[in-house]
Amino acid sequence: MSLDILVVAEQRDGELNRSTLEAVVAAQNLGKDLGGKEIGLLVLGQNVSDLASELTSKGVNEVLLAEHDKIADYTPGGYAAAVKQIVENENPTYVLFSHTYMVRDYAPKLTTSMQKPLLSDCVRYVMDGGNPVFTRQVFQGKVDADFVLEGDGPHFVSFQVGAFNADNLDTGTSGSVRNADISMDDVEIRTKVLEIFEGVKQEVDLSKAERIVSVGRGIKKEENLELMRDLAGVLDAEISASRPVCDDGWLPLDRQVGSSGQTVSPKLYFAVGISGAIQHIVGMKNSGAIVAINKDPHAPIFDIADYAVVGDLFEVIPAVIAELKG
Amino acid sequence: MKIIVCLKQVPVKDSLLKIKDDETWVHEDDLSYEINESDHYALETALRLKEEHGGEVVILTMGADRVREAIKQGLAKGAERAIHINNESFTTIDSNINAKILAAAIKTEQPDLILTGLQTDDYGSAQTGVILAEYLGLPHAGIVMEIQKQEGSIKVKRELESGWFQSVELPMPALLTIQSGINQLRYATIKGIMMAKKKEIKQPTLSDLGLSESDVAPGSSSLKFQKIYVPKKTKQTQFFEGDPKDIASQLVDKLRNEAKVF
Repeated sequence: MSLDILVVAEQRDGELNRSTLEAVVAAQNLGKDLGGKEIGLLVLGQNVSDLASELTSKGVNEVLLAEHDKIADYTPGGYAAAVKQIVENENPTYVLFSHTYMVRDYAPKLTTSMQKPLLSDCVRYVMDGGNPVFTRQVFQGKVDADFVLEGDGPHFVSFQVGAFNADNLDTGTSGSVRNADISMDDVEIRTKVLEIFEGVKQEVDLSKAERIVSVGRGIKKEENLELMRDLAGVLDAEISASRPVCDDGWLPLDRQVGSSGQTVSPKLYFAVGISGAIQHIVGMKNSGAIVAINKDPHAPIFDIADYAVVGDLFEVIPAVIAELKG
Repeated sequence: MKIIVCLKQVPVKDSLLKIKDDETWVHEDDLSYEINESDHYALETALRLKEEHGGEVVILTMGADRVREAIKQGLAKGAERAIHINNESFTTIDSNINAKILAAAIKTEQPDLILTGLQTDDYGSAQTGVILAEYLGLPHAGIVMEIQKQEGSIKVKRELESGWFQSVELPMPALLTIQSGINQLRYATIKGIMMAKKKEIKQPTLSDLGLSESDVAPGSSSLKFQKIYVPKKTKQTQFFEGDPKDIASQLVDKLRNEAKVF
């Protein structure tokens, strides 16, 4: 079988990263748009054959299984070397990834070692004259930029987490597992993995909150958190924050929403002084009603807000609290 | 320990961006610039390592004359010297080209450690650091939150997603991409600002670095930039205006009766 689109799956301890299926959806769409292409899903690691078998039901033509003790733990050197061999053997036109922290760490190494560019963190593509035009965000999501990939490939593209919805997975096709031989004898792994651990004990599970007041840099000072706690109080909401607020220690790290923190989808997400950097938005964009208050009319948070106020939060929030108290 | 820190200047946060009529980029003339956020943390990390273990910190940056401002700031905070590759013609969105130029400048320096921010706030490809390591043939670790120097190696804590971390050991020389928030940034002191004036800023040309214009021409890549534009909104957003009291009553009414979140 010759594969046209190869999706690289991501797993840790045999557990699939949830965004891998989003990348499969991207591949299914692209495959259809290019006129019915064969899709392969690559699983890398050691003792991951159970996962590979499981993935045969996810609407791909083939699951490639590459196992080796040098890729038992993730290292950029091991992964880049293994994926490179498989791409060279299979010669797909497209290699797709979800733009996870792991992919950010090794995919540019992989593509550079193959003298290819990586089109990273795309949010969508549209077809133009039979070829996909990919869009990625620049200036922290304030501006969109379009790119095309010329020539025969392999073309390497990563999609932002959440760019495609895993619920749209078409499971009509079922595949089989094929072992992909890799030779790692000459690959020197310079990174020694010592341990993998959970940094902060998650004491609050924000994913279960019905209402969340989330605060960003725009609150300016730690003292102003009091006002936000008052708002959360009258809304019967949990309080969370964007990364800079937690980095400054104003709120504990387990209250952080975004790619490095928790992913939430409350009925109400009340964003105060949050500009809406991509890393934050991926953690909350599936919320029900999104309220955004920010002084910058061009803040990307307004692109995903249902209700918006461009203005001074120190004037608006007290008025909202008063109104809610009735 | 010799540490090179790569700094990039980016438009200040909350800049009002105006897209050029030909959609090739934004108007840059009326923008103010600052050091990219995670690069700031890379610099701070380098200074702390130097203070603890000795050695020197060298700033490496490229871009137009305006980036001297970023260099001065870095020298005032305590870096020993700087390399400024001054050339307007190759400002490019292609991370490969940027990394190639940086690699050429680093090769002559033979550092023990290279630090970069993990991504820029303008292009945001999050690739230059990792590509740079590959061009230099060095091991790297990305999204670093903690560094401990050992004999001939370093132990680092890398951030994974959702509050997980990985700790790894790398031989030196190595390249690390630094996550924002790894430490608290310092301010430059008056003394630091005075001392910075005497510090060396080298300005190598492309040919000094052994590169030709064709090495840095964007044309050779299969990745072609087409245009930029203001994102199309996918959501109907209701904006509320008026005095704070009016805004509050409209908003609360919508939350109660339309969104029904209570």
